[in-house]
Amino acid sequence: MNRGELVPRRRWPAWFDVRGRHVSGWAFILNRLTGLGLVLYLIIHLWVLRLLTQGEARWNAFIALAKTPPFLVLDTILFFGIIYHALNGIRLTLVGLGIGVSAHKRMFWVLMGIGLVLFVLSTWGLWTMTK
Amino acid sequence: MTEQRTVQFRVFRYKQGRERPWYDTFDVTVTPRTTVLEALQFIRRVHDPSLMLRHSCHHASCGTCGMRINGQERLACITRVHDIAGERVTVEPLANLPIIGDLVVDMKAFYAKFTPMAMPLIRHSEFLPEAEPPEGVDTYTRLENCIECGLCVSVCPVAASDPLYLGPAALAAAWRVVQEPRGQNVPEILAQVDTAHGCWRCHIAMECSAVCPSHVDPGAAIMALRGTLIRQHLPWRRKQQGGDAHEPR
Ligand code: HEM
Ligand code: SF4
Ligand code: SF4
Ligand code: FES
Repeated sequence: MNRGELVPRRRWPAWFDVRGRHVSGWAFILNRLTGLGLVLYLIIHLWVLRLLTQGEARWNAFIALAKTPPFLVLDTILFFGIIYHALNGIRLTLVGLGIGVSAHKRMFWVLMGIGLVLFVLSTWGLWTMTK
Repeated sequence: MTEQRTVQFRVFRYKQGRERPWYDTFDVTVTPRTTVLEALQFIRRVHDPSLMLRHSCHHASCGTCGMRINGQERLACITRVHDIAGERVTVEPLANLPIIGDLVVDMKAFYAKFTPMAMPLIRHSEFLPEAEPPEGVDTYTRLENCIECGLCVSVCPVAASDPLYLGPAALAAAWRVVQEPRGQNVPEILAQVDTAHGCWRCHIAMECSAVCPSHVDPGAAIMALRGTLIRQHLPWRRKQQGGDAHEPR
Protein backbone atom coordinates (compact mmCIF):
# COMPACT_ATOMS: atom_id res chain seq x y z
CA MET A 1 0.00 0.00 0.00
CA ASN A 2 1.29 3.43 -0.86
CA ARG A 3 1.13 6.39 1.43
CA GLY A 4 -1.87 8.53 0.68
CA GLU A 5 -4.14 5.67 -0.25
CA LEU A 6 -7.44 5.63 1.58
CA VAL A 7 -8.23 2.55 3.60
CA PRO A 8 -11.87 2.90 4.64
CA ARG A 9 -12.67 1.24 7.92
CA ARG A 10 -15.58 -1.05 7.36
CA ARG A 11 -15.01 -3.93 9.77
CA TRP A 12 -18.06 -5.37 11.47
CA PRO A 13 -20.65 -2.83 10.23
CA ALA A 14 -19.93 -4.29 6.78
CA TRP A 15 -21.52 -7.55 7.93
CA PHE A 16 -24.82 -5.71 8.03
CA ASP A 17 -24.46 -3.64 4.85
CA VAL A 18 -27.69 -4.69 3.18
CA ARG A 19 -27.32 -2.78 -0.08
CA GLY A 20 -27.53 -5.06 -3.07
CA ARG A 21 -27.65 -8.21 -0.98
CA HIS A 22 -28.98 -11.48 -2.33
CA VAL A 23 -31.01 -14.06 -0.45
CA SER A 24 -27.96 -15.89 0.92
CA GLY A 25 -26.49 -12.59 2.07
CA TRP A 26 -29.67 -11.75 3.93
CA ALA A 27 -29.62 -15.25 5.39
CA PHE A 28 -26.11 -14.60 6.71
CA ILE A 29 -27.11 -11.26 8.24
CA LEU A 30 -30.18 -12.71 9.90
CA ASN A 31 -28.21 -15.71 11.15
CA ARG A 32 -25.66 -13.44 12.76
CA LEU A 33 -28.31 -11.20 14.32
CA THR A 34 -30.37 -14.11 15.62
CA GLY A 35 -27.21 -15.86 16.89
CA LEU A 36 -26.21 -12.78 18.86
CA GLY A 37 -29.82 -12.35 19.99
CA LEU A 38 -29.88 -15.93 21.25
CA VAL A 39 -26.70 -15.41 23.25
CA LEU A 40 -28.25 -12.30 24.78
CA TYR A 41 -31.43 -14.25 25.51
CA LEU A 42 -29.46 -17.09 27.12
CA ILE A 43 -27.76 -14.66 29.48
CA ILE A 44 -31.06 -13.01 30.44
CA HIS A 45 -32.68 -16.42 30.77
CA LEU A 46 -30.05 -17.71 33.20
CA TRP A 47 -30.22 -14.48 35.14
CA VAL A 48 -33.99 -14.81 35.47
CA LEU A 49 -33.74 -18.47 36.54
CA ARG A 50 -31.80 -17.20 39.53
CA LEU A 51 -35.24 -16.19 40.94
CA LEU A 52 -35.90 -19.90 41.50
CA THR A 53 -33.48 -19.80 44.38
CA GLN A 54 -35.36 -16.92 45.96
CA GLY A 55 -38.60 -18.60 46.89
CA GLU A 56 -41.88 -19.54 45.31
CA ALA A 57 -43.53 -16.14 45.63
CA ARG A 58 -40.94 -14.31 43.60
CA TRP A 59 -41.00 -16.97 40.89
CA ASN A 60 -44.80 -16.92 40.66
CA ALA A 61 -44.77 -13.14 40.44
CA PHE A 62 -42.33 -13.35 37.54
CA ILE A 63 -44.43 -15.98 35.76
CA ALA A 64 -47.47 -13.74 36.05
CA LEU A 65 -45.47 -10.91 34.50
CA ALA A 66 -44.15 -13.20 31.76
CA LYS A 67 -47.71 -13.94 30.69
CA THR A 68 -48.50 -10.30 29.94
CA PRO A 69 -48.70 -9.23 26.27
CA PRO A 70 -45.42 -7.27 26.16
CA PHE A 71 -43.56 -10.38 27.27
CA LEU A 72 -45.50 -12.55 24.84
CA VAL A 73 -44.41 -10.24 22.03
CA LEU A 74 -40.80 -10.75 23.14
CA ASP A 75 -41.40 -14.50 23.22
CA THR A 76 -42.78 -14.32 19.68
CA ILE A 77 -39.59 -12.61 18.53
CA LEU A 78 -37.62 -15.28 20.38
CA PHE A 79 -39.54 -18.04 18.60
CA PHE A 80 -38.71 -16.44 15.28
CA GLY A 81 -35.05 -16.20 16.26
CA ILE A 82 -34.77 -19.81 17.45
CA ILE A 83 -36.62 -21.28 14.51
CA TYR A 84 -34.81 -19.21 11.90
CA HIS A 85 -31.35 -19.74 13.39
CA ALA A 86 -31.79 -23.48 13.94
CA LEU A 87 -33.20 -24.22 10.48
CA ASN A 88 -30.76 -21.97 8.63
CA GLY A 89 -28.03 -23.47 10.83
CA ILE A 90 -28.90 -26.93 9.50
CA ARG A 91 -28.47 -25.60 5.98
CA LEU A 92 -25.15 -23.93 6.83
CA THR A 93 -23.88 -27.09 8.49
CA LEU A 94 -24.70 -29.16 5.42
CA VAL A 95 -23.37 -26.65 2.89
CA GLY A 96 -20.30 -26.03 5.06
CA LEU A 97 -19.53 -29.74 4.83
CA GLY A 98 -19.84 -29.60 1.07
CA ILE A 99 -23.30 -31.18 1.00
CA GLY A 100 -26.01 -29.71 -1.22
CA VAL A 101 -23.95 -26.66 -2.15
CA SER A 102 -25.61 -26.10 -5.51
CA ALA A 103 -29.05 -26.45 -3.88
CA HIS A 104 -28.35 -24.00 -1.07
CA LYS A 105 -30.99 -21.49 -2.14
CA ARG A 106 -33.67 -24.12 -2.64
CA MET A 107 -32.73 -25.62 0.69
CA PHE A 108 -33.13 -22.19 2.26
CA TRP A 109 -36.66 -21.72 0.98
CA VAL A 110 -37.76 -25.26 1.86
CA LEU A 111 -36.42 -24.84 5.40
CA MET A 112 -38.04 -21.42 5.66
CA GLY A 113 -41.34 -22.99 4.60
CA ILE A 114 -41.00 -25.52 7.40
CA GLY A 115 -39.95 -22.67 9.69
CA LEU A 116 -43.04 -20.65 8.86
CA VAL A 117 -45.30 -23.56 9.81
CA LEU A 118 -43.37 -24.10 13.05
CA PHE A 119 -43.47 -20.38 13.79
CA VAL A 120 -47.22 -20.04 13.22
CA LEU A 121 -48.00 -23.15 15.30
CA SER A 122 -45.70 -22.21 18.16
CA THR A 123 -46.86 -18.60 18.26
CA TRP A 124 -50.48 -19.68 18.16
CA GLY A 125 -49.76 -22.08 21.03
CA LEU A 126 -47.97 -19.37 22.98
CA TRP A 127 -50.78 -16.84 22.77
CA THR A 128 -53.64 -19.32 23.37
CA MET A 129 -52.08 -21.44 26.10
CA THR A 130 -51.06 -18.50 28.24
CA LYS A 131 -54.61 -17.13 28.28
CA MET B 1 -35.95 7.67 -31.81
CA THR B 2 -34.27 6.55 -28.68
CA GLU B 3 -35.76 7.34 -25.37
CA GLN B 4 -33.43 9.69 -23.51
CA ARG B 5 -33.51 10.70 -19.92
CA THR B 6 -31.33 12.56 -17.50
CA VAL B 7 -29.90 10.64 -14.58
CA GLN B 8 -28.08 12.06 -11.64
CA PHE B 9 -24.75 10.38 -10.95
CA ARG B 10 -23.46 10.61 -7.42
CA VAL B 11 -19.80 9.72 -7.67
CA PHE B 12 -17.41 8.85 -4.85
CA ARG B 13 -14.34 11.06 -4.92
CA TYR B 14 -11.01 10.84 -3.14
CA LYS B 15 -7.66 12.37 -3.90
CA GLN B 16 -4.43 11.55 -2.11
CA GLY B 17 -3.53 14.30 0.28
CA ARG B 18 -7.16 15.01 1.05
CA GLU B 19 -8.26 14.08 4.52
CA ARG B 20 -11.49 12.39 3.57
CA PRO B 21 -13.53 11.37 0.55
CA TRP B 22 -16.56 13.21 -0.75
CA TYR B 23 -19.28 12.77 -3.36
CA ASP B 24 -19.86 14.84 -6.50
CA THR B 25 -23.06 14.81 -8.48
CA PHE B 26 -23.28 15.08 -12.25
CA ASP B 27 -26.26 15.04 -14.59
CA VAL B 28 -25.87 12.70 -17.52
CA THR B 29 -28.30 12.20 -20.38
CA VAL B 30 -28.57 8.51 -21.16
CA THR B 31 -30.25 6.33 -23.75
CA PRO B 32 -31.48 2.80 -23.01
CA ARG B 33 -28.13 1.48 -24.19
CA THR B 34 -25.81 3.74 -22.18
CA THR B 35 -23.68 1.82 -19.73
CA VAL B 36 -22.48 3.15 -16.40
CA LEU B 37 -18.92 3.07 -17.76
CA GLU B 38 -19.93 5.22 -20.73
CA ALA B 39 -21.70 7.64 -18.43
CA LEU B 40 -18.57 7.92 -16.26
CA GLN B 41 -16.41 8.48 -19.33
CA PHE B 42 -18.84 11.20 -20.40
CA ILE B 43 -18.49 12.81 -16.98
CA ARG B 44 -14.73 12.74 -17.32
CA ARG B 45 -14.83 14.17 -20.82
CA VAL B 46 -17.36 16.90 -20.23
CA HIS B 47 -17.57 17.70 -16.53
CA ASP B 48 -14.39 16.74 -14.72
CA PRO B 49 -11.25 15.41 -16.41
CA SER B 50 -9.76 14.60 -13.00
CA LEU B 51 -12.19 11.74 -12.41
CA MET B 52 -10.14 8.58 -11.99
CA LEU B 53 -11.51 5.25 -13.14
CA ARG B 54 -10.16 2.04 -14.55
CA HIS B 55 -11.35 0.24 -17.66
CA SER B 56 -10.06 -1.43 -20.74
CA CYS B 57 -12.08 -3.89 -22.79
CA HIS B 58 -15.67 -2.60 -22.50
CA HIS B 59 -16.94 -6.18 -22.72
CA ALA B 60 -16.54 -7.95 -19.39
CA SER B 61 -13.19 -9.51 -20.19
CA CYS B 62 -10.47 -7.47 -18.58
CA GLY B 63 -12.04 -7.20 -15.15
CA THR B 64 -10.83 -3.67 -14.50
CA CYS B 65 -14.10 -1.74 -14.30
CA GLY B 66 -15.49 -3.37 -11.15
CA MET B 67 -17.21 -0.93 -8.83
CA ARG B 68 -20.20 -0.58 -6.53
CA ILE B 69 -23.21 0.79 -8.33
CA ASN B 70 -25.98 1.68 -5.90
CA GLY B 71 -24.20 -0.51 -3.40
CA GLN B 72 -24.06 -3.53 -5.69
CA GLU B 73 -20.80 -4.89 -7.05
CA ARG B 74 -20.91 -4.82 -10.85
CA LEU B 75 -18.81 -4.40 -13.96
CA ALA B 76 -19.60 -0.86 -15.11
CA CYS B 77 -19.07 -1.79 -18.75
CA ILE B 78 -21.98 -4.23 -18.88
CA THR B 79 -24.34 -2.43 -16.51
CA ARG B 80 -26.90 -0.36 -18.34
CA VAL B 81 -28.05 2.76 -16.57
CA HIS B 82 -31.61 1.95 -17.61
CA ASP B 83 -31.47 -1.36 -15.75
CA ILE B 84 -30.81 0.42 -12.48
CA ALA B 85 -33.88 1.48 -10.61
CA GLY B 86 -34.29 5.14 -9.70
CA GLU B 87 -33.25 8.48 -11.09
CA ARG B 88 -30.04 8.56 -9.12
CA VAL B 89 -27.03 6.30 -9.48
CA THR B 90 -24.43 6.18 -6.74
CA VAL B 91 -21.04 4.97 -7.92
CA GLU B 92 -18.36 3.92 -5.44
CA PRO B 93 -15.06 2.05 -5.66
CA LEU B 94 -14.82 -1.60 -4.69
CA ALA B 95 -14.79 -2.16 -0.95
CA ASN B 96 -12.19 -4.03 1.10
CA LEU B 97 -9.29 -2.71 -0.97
CA PRO B 98 -7.28 0.51 -0.47
CA ILE B 99 -8.42 3.42 -2.64
CA ILE B 100 -5.79 5.05 -4.84
CA GLY B 101 -8.17 7.76 -5.96
CA ASP B 102 -11.85 8.19 -6.86
CA LEU B 103 -13.05 4.87 -8.30
CA VAL B 104 -9.63 3.25 -8.56
CA VAL B 105 -8.62 0.71 -5.94
CA ASP B 106 -5.18 -0.76 -5.33
CA MET B 107 -5.33 -4.38 -6.48
CA LYS B 108 -1.94 -5.25 -4.95
CA ALA B 109 -3.52 -6.81 -1.88
CA PHE B 110 -5.84 -8.83 -4.14
CA TYR B 111 -3.00 -10.20 -6.24
CA ALA B 112 -0.82 -10.89 -3.21
CA LYS B 113 -3.37 -13.56 -2.30
CA PHE B 114 -4.55 -14.53 -5.75
CA THR B 115 -1.31 -14.97 -7.64
CA PRO B 116 0.24 -17.71 -5.49
CA MET B 117 -2.90 -19.78 -6.00
CA ALA B 118 -3.54 -18.91 -9.63
CA MET B 119 -0.05 -19.06 -11.11
CA PRO B 120 -0.42 -22.66 -12.29
CA LEU B 121 -3.42 -21.72 -14.37
CA ILE B 122 -2.00 -21.27 -17.79
CA ARG B 123 -4.80 -21.49 -20.19
CA HIS B 124 -4.98 -24.07 -22.93
CA SER B 125 -8.00 -23.68 -25.15
CA GLU B 126 -10.79 -26.08 -24.30
CA PHE B 127 -12.32 -25.45 -27.65
CA LEU B 128 -9.74 -27.05 -29.84
CA PRO B 129 -11.12 -30.22 -31.41
CA GLU B 130 -8.11 -32.14 -30.12
CA ALA B 131 -8.74 -30.94 -26.57
CA GLU B 132 -10.08 -34.21 -25.19
CA PRO B 133 -11.34 -33.94 -21.63
CA PRO B 134 -9.17 -36.02 -19.31
CA GLU B 135 -10.47 -39.30 -17.98
CA GLY B 136 -13.22 -38.88 -15.40
CA VAL B 137 -14.28 -35.49 -16.79
CA ASP B 138 -17.36 -35.50 -18.99
CA THR B 139 -17.19 -31.98 -20.34
CA TYR B 140 -15.09 -28.97 -19.67
CA THR B 141 -16.67 -26.42 -17.42
CA ARG B 142 -14.71 -23.25 -17.77
CA LEU B 143 -13.42 -22.88 -14.26
CA GLU B 144 -10.68 -20.46 -15.11
CA ASN B 145 -13.32 -17.94 -15.98
CA CYS B 146 -12.06 -15.65 -13.27
CA ILE B 147 -11.34 -12.21 -14.76
CA GLU B 148 -9.74 -11.00 -11.53
CA CYS B 149 -12.21 -8.18 -11.13
CA GLY B 150 -12.34 -8.27 -7.33
CA LEU B 151 -16.13 -7.98 -7.12
CA CYS B 152 -16.30 -11.07 -4.90
CA VAL B 153 -13.74 -9.68 -2.46
CA SER B 154 -15.62 -6.39 -2.33
CA VAL B 155 -18.95 -7.99 -1.49
CA CYS B 156 -17.62 -10.55 1.00
CA PRO B 157 -18.59 -9.63 4.58
CA VAL B 158 -15.72 -11.71 5.92
CA ALA B 159 -13.11 -9.99 3.75
CA ALA B 160 -14.40 -6.74 5.24
CA SER B 161 -13.55 -7.69 8.81
CA ASP B 162 -10.60 -10.05 8.31
CA PRO B 163 -7.83 -8.46 6.24
CA LEU B 164 -5.90 -11.75 6.32
CA TYR B 165 -8.75 -13.74 4.76
CA LEU B 166 -7.55 -15.28 1.50
CA GLY B 167 -10.88 -14.36 -0.04
CA PRO B 168 -13.19 -15.94 -2.59
CA ALA B 169 -11.14 -15.38 -5.76
CA ALA B 170 -7.91 -16.87 -4.38
CA LEU B 171 -9.78 -19.80 -2.85
CA ALA B 172 -11.61 -20.45 -6.11
CA ALA B 173 -8.24 -20.45 -7.88
CA ALA B 174 -6.90 -22.92 -5.32
CA TRP B 175 -9.84 -25.25 -5.95
CA ARG B 176 -9.19 -24.95 -9.67
CA VAL B 177 -5.67 -26.26 -9.14
CA VAL B 178 -6.92 -29.11 -6.94
CA GLN B 179 -9.33 -30.11 -9.67
CA GLU B 180 -6.82 -29.99 -12.45
CA PRO B 181 -3.33 -29.89 -10.99
CA ARG B 182 -1.29 -29.76 -14.22
CA GLY B 183 1.69 -31.01 -12.29
CA GLN B 184 1.21 -28.68 -9.35
CA ASN B 185 1.73 -29.72 -5.76
CA VAL B 186 -1.87 -30.27 -4.63
CA PRO B 187 -1.11 -31.07 -0.96
CA GLU B 188 0.80 -27.80 -0.72
CA ILE B 189 -2.11 -25.83 -2.19
CA LEU B 190 -4.50 -27.59 0.18
CA ALA B 191 -2.23 -26.80 3.11
CA GLN B 192 -2.26 -23.14 2.15
CA VAL B 193 -6.05 -22.96 2.30
CA ASP B 194 -6.44 -25.23 5.36
CA THR B 195 -6.07 -22.32 7.76
CA ALA B 196 -8.21 -20.09 9.95
CA HIS B 197 -7.86 -17.36 7.32
CA GLY B 198 -8.32 -19.78 4.46
CA CYS B 199 -11.35 -21.79 3.47
CA TRP B 200 -12.53 -22.19 7.06
CA ARG B 201 -13.04 -18.46 7.50
CA CYS B 202 -15.94 -18.26 5.06
CA HIS B 203 -19.43 -17.84 6.55
CA ILE B 204 -21.30 -19.06 3.50
CA ALA B 205 -22.98 -15.78 2.67
CA MET B 206 -22.55 -16.82 -0.98
CA GLU B 207 -22.59 -13.20 -2.08
CA CYS B 208 -19.36 -13.84 -3.97
CA SER B 209 -21.11 -16.34 -6.23
CA ALA B 210 -24.08 -14.03 -6.64
CA VAL B 211 -22.04 -11.05 -7.85
CA CYS B 212 -19.38 -12.88 -9.86
CA PRO B 213 -19.85 -11.68 -13.46
CA SER B 214 -18.06 -14.71 -14.82
CA HIS B 215 -19.80 -17.70 -13.20
CA VAL B 216 -16.79 -18.77 -11.20
CA ASP B 217 -19.00 -19.63 -8.19
CA PRO B 218 -16.27 -19.11 -5.57
CA GLY B 219 -18.66 -20.04 -2.75
CA ALA B 220 -19.10 -23.53 -4.13
CA ALA B 221 -15.34 -23.81 -4.67
CA ILE B 222 -14.71 -22.96 -1.01
CA MET B 223 -17.21 -25.60 0.10
CA ALA B 224 -15.55 -28.12 -2.21
CA LEU B 225 -12.17 -27.33 -0.63
CA ARG B 226 -13.71 -27.92 2.78
CA GLY B 227 -15.23 -31.20 1.71
CA THR B 228 -11.87 -32.34 0.34
CA LEU B 229 -10.04 -31.34 3.50
CA ILE B 230 -12.62 -32.91 5.79
CA ARG B 231 -12.38 -36.22 3.95
CA GLN B 232 -8.62 -35.99 4.13
CA HIS B 233 -8.64 -35.40 7.87
CA LEU B 234 -11.02 -38.28 8.68
CA PRO B 235 -9.14 -40.59 11.07
CA TRP B 236 -9.63 -43.73 8.99
CA ARG B 237 -8.53 -41.92 5.83
CA ARG B 238 -5.43 -40.69 7.58
CA LYS B 239 -4.50 -44.21 8.57
CA GLN B 240 -5.13 -45.41 5.05
CA GLN B 241 -2.87 -42.75 3.60
CA GLY B 242 -0.22 -43.39 6.23
CA GLY B 243 -0.71 -40.03 7.92
CA ASP B 244 -2.19 -36.73 6.96
CA ALA B 245 -1.26 -35.16 3.67
CA HIS B 246 -0.19 -32.26 5.82
CA GLU B 247 -0.51 -31.17 9.40
CA PRO B 248 -3.47 -28.87 9.95
CA ARG B 249 -2.10 -25.39 10.51
C1 HEM C 1 -30.71 -24.89 17.52
C2 HEM C 1 -29.70 -25.31 16.89
C3 HEM C 1 -28.63 -24.41 16.35
C4 HEM C 1 -28.03 -24.62 15.14
C5 HEM C 1 -28.31 -25.74 14.14
C6 HEM C 1 -27.04 -23.57 14.99
C7 HEM C 1 -26.19 -23.47 13.90
C8 HEM C 1 -25.28 -22.50 13.72
C9 HEM C 1 -24.32 -22.42 12.64
C10 HEM C 1 -24.15 -23.45 11.55
C11 HEM C 1 -23.61 -21.30 12.80
C12 HEM C 1 -22.48 -20.81 11.89
C13 HEM C 1 -22.96 -19.70 11.03
C14 HEM C 1 -21.89 -19.09 10.19
O1 HEM C 1 -20.92 -19.76 9.81
O2 HEM C 1 -22.01 -17.89 9.88
C15 HEM C 1 -24.10 -20.64 13.98
C16 HEM C 1 -23.61 -19.44 14.45
C17 HEM C 1 -23.94 -18.91 15.65
N1 HEM C 1 -24.83 -19.40 16.58
FE1 HEM C 1 -26.01 -21.02 16.30
N2 HEM C 1 -27.07 -22.74 16.07
C18 HEM C 1 -28.03 -23.21 16.94
C19 HEM C 1 -28.35 -22.67 18.16
C20 HEM C 1 -27.76 -21.55 18.72
C21 HEM C 1 -28.03 -21.04 20.05
C22 HEM C 1 -29.00 -21.66 21.04
C23 HEM C 1 -27.26 -19.92 20.20
C24 HEM C 1 -27.14 -18.99 21.37
C25 HEM C 1 -27.22 -19.30 22.59
C26 HEM C 1 -26.51 -19.73 18.99
C27 HEM C 1 -25.63 -18.71 18.78
C28 HEM C 1 -24.88 -18.55 17.67
C29 HEM C 1 -23.95 -17.45 17.43
C30 HEM C 1 -23.68 -16.30 18.34
C31 HEM C 1 -23.38 -17.69 16.18
C32 HEM C 1 -22.33 -16.81 15.47
C33 HEM C 1 -23.03 -16.00 14.46
C34 HEM C 1 -22.22 -15.78 13.23
O3 HEM C 1 -21.06 -16.20 13.13
O4 HEM C 1 -22.78 -15.19 12.30
N3 HEM C 1 -26.82 -20.74 18.12
N4 HEM C 1 -25.11 -21.38 14.52
S1 SF4 D 1 -14.15 -15.02 -8.85
FE1 SF4 D 1 -15.59 -13.85 -10.12
S2 SF4 D 1 -15.98 -12.00 -8.90
FE2 SF4 D 1 -14.14 -12.93 -8.06
S3 SF4 D 1 -12.43 -11.93 -9.09
FE3 SF4 D 1 -12.92 -13.79 -10.27
S4 SF4 D 1 -14.37 -13.13 -11.84
FE4 SF4 D 1 -14.30 -11.51 -10.31
S1 SF4 E 1 -19.42 -17.38 0.64
FE1 SF4 E 1 -17.61 -17.00 1.89
S2 SF4 E 1 -16.16 -16.06 0.51
FE2 SF4 E 1 -18.19 -15.90 -0.47
S3 SF4 E 1 -18.96 -13.88 0.17
FE3 SF4 E 1 -19.66 -15.39 1.63
S4 SF4 E 1 -18.19 -15.36 3.29
FE4 SF4 E 1 -17.23 -14.38 1.51
S1 FES F 1 -13.96 -2.67 -19.07
FE1 FES F 1 -13.11 -4.69 -19.14
S2 FES F 1 -14.44 -5.73 -17.79
FE2 FES F 1 -15.38 -3.80 -17.89
